[in-house]
Amino acid sequence: MSPAARPDARQRSPLLRWWRRLGTSAGWAATGLAFLALAAAMLWILQVVVVRGAGALTPSIFTGVTQGNGGGLLNAIEGTAVTSLGALLLAVPCGLAAGIYVAEYRHSGWAAVIRFLSDILVGVPSIVMGYAGYVMMVVGLGWHFSVAAAAITLAVIALPYICRTTELALRQVSMRLREAGYALGGADAAVILRIALPSALPGVLTGILLALSISVGETAPLLYTAGWSDYLWNGQLTNAPIGYLTYAIWTFINEPSVQANRLAYAAALLVTGIVLVINIAARLVLRGAQPARV
Amino acid sequence: MTPLRRRGPLDRALSFRTGLALAAGAPPAVLTVLLVFLTAYAWPAIGFNGPGFLSGLDWNTGNLYLDPVRQGALMVQPGAHYGILDLIVGTLASTLVAVALALPVGVAAAVFLAEAVPGTIRTFVSFFVELLAAIPSVVYGLWGVVVLIPLLGRWVFPVMASRLGWLPFFNGEPGSGYGLLTAGLVLSLMIVPLITATVRDAILAQPAALRESAVALGATRFETVWKVVLPGINRVTVGATILATGRALGETMAVLMVSGNAQGALPGNIYSPISTMAAFIASQLDSALGDPSGLAVESLAEIAIVLAAMSLIVNTLARLLLAAVGALRPAGAR
Repeated sequence: MSPAARPDARQRSPLLRWWRRLGTSAGWAATGLAFLALAAAMLWILQVVVVRGAGALTPSIFTGVTQGNGGGLLNAIEGTAVTSLGALLLAVPCGLAAGIYVAEYRHSGWAAVIRFLSDILVGVPSIVMGYAGYVMMVVGLGWHFSVAAAAITLAVIALPYICRTTELALRQVSMRLREAGYALGGADAAVILRIALPSALPGVLTGILLALSISVGETAPLLYTAGWSDYLWNGQLTNAPIGYLTYAIWTFINEPSVQANRLAYAAALLVTGIVLVINIAARLVLRGAQPARV
Repeated sequence: MTPLRRRGPLDRALSFRTGLALAAGAPPAVLTVLLVFLTAYAWPAIGFNGPGFLSGLDWNTGNLYLDPVRQGALMVQPGAHYGILDLIVGTLASTLVAVALALPVGVAAAVFLAEAVPGTIRTFVSFFVELLAAIPSVVYGLWGVVVLIPLLGRWVFPVMASRLGWLPFFNGEPGSGYGLLTAGLVLSLMIVPLITATVRDAILAQPAALRESAVALGATRFETVWKVVLPGINRVTVGATILATGRALGETMAVLMVSGNAQGALPGNIYSPISTMAAFIASQLDSALGDPSGLAVESLAEIAIVLAAMSLIVNTLARLLLAAVGALRPAGAR
């Protein structure tokens, strides 16, 4: 038997051992570097937003409305709040209903259709949603740039997220819990709404929070549905454009004036701060949840 | 004794389940309405542009100062011609750059998070990196414009162009920093958390017996991951990558802000300014509205349909693949 055929011959070759050790070290180094690159990018973005934003965030940002290239951002803050909360108001009931149906009647054909098309809806780019909103509501229904067109477009974007997270949260609820409800004489409505849904509440809430964070951070779907306004919202749902924070970032960073750039930095800090706080809150809600065990 | 009440057809029709089924119809209804309306709206443009829409290079609204002329059933500005090949190429090229960067980095970072970070802090550390997905697109754009582009345009690209000139597409004019490579770089940061999160979960879900057998055969821990664990989750990695591709195809604001918004020409090298379908839709509506024949706005709707079709195909592929291996993650933060 030649030495090379012995099973441990490869182990004993010093060159090979050296080569394997090198490969292992280089491999770990590469994974560490990849992680560091991502962490560094995250820190870099946060640093730019926080440092430049903090310098621009004066009290007048919160008290005054935009005047040309200066002033404050009260109109945009209000607009972001109105459109995002309006979107939630529309998307939460529809998304909850869809998520509950898909989870609780999961084997029905209609559930499969909803699940599949809802997944497809997630994949439609937000600018396409915005353009469709423009075609249908701004032009088609004659609403012009308006709160209604903006909120409905954002709601359509949020809808499949809420549906999906609701479904996943309900699927985590033990079947035995439902069986116990039925054994006590509960009908579908009671078992689902009073037993399954409360148990799944943290997961559902997480989905709603993530949908809110998406709404606050979106720009593309609002460009041609919300328009822009230097004034506070007049309460009209249609025929009145409305400002929003992400538009301020996009438009004022490209202006040559320092004053305009400051508005963009302040808006970026506000949007990033809101989005991060919502995401952290969503994570905490989910972590604090103890899934019911029976 | 009162007889049990019979459930008649009306009761059944008004049952909880029926009501819920109706209310649950919002996603299918919305998707149908959206696609039907967009197609109906773009229909005149689809007929006018024909297949040349996908292969032409010029987006020309025609002479807007002349009266529209009748062409078939349509009123058209003289000289109007619409082609979006440059936008299709720009979209595909920036997505390709993004995925080429995000796939290796995303998988490597996932290995690091799953294998090298202790379980106690893994959740926190992973969450921090995955927050990259939560940063709004327009904030990426701001970061790109303010710090990345000056850095790349002044220092990095000129050096790359002179040192890497022997590579195809890397030589020639390094440009101003606004362009294909910058757009791809920013896009890759936006999509990498999707790959990292999915692959990390899949690595952690691999059965321990598989690792133990590899280690028992004398493999080092890294060799175990590289030669046993990662090949075992190949389909998950591919699925997550396709899903990330779908997201990169439709990204708008960040690309709009850093791509240079070039029009009418194919990119000459990797630093060339480009535009993508999504960014073009976002930037062109104002000028398209100046076209009294309405054909420019309708052609924008046609771009939206092409873009939606591409995203839908890519997304459906990814979801079918991931659903088959049971690794579909919940639709998370963007």
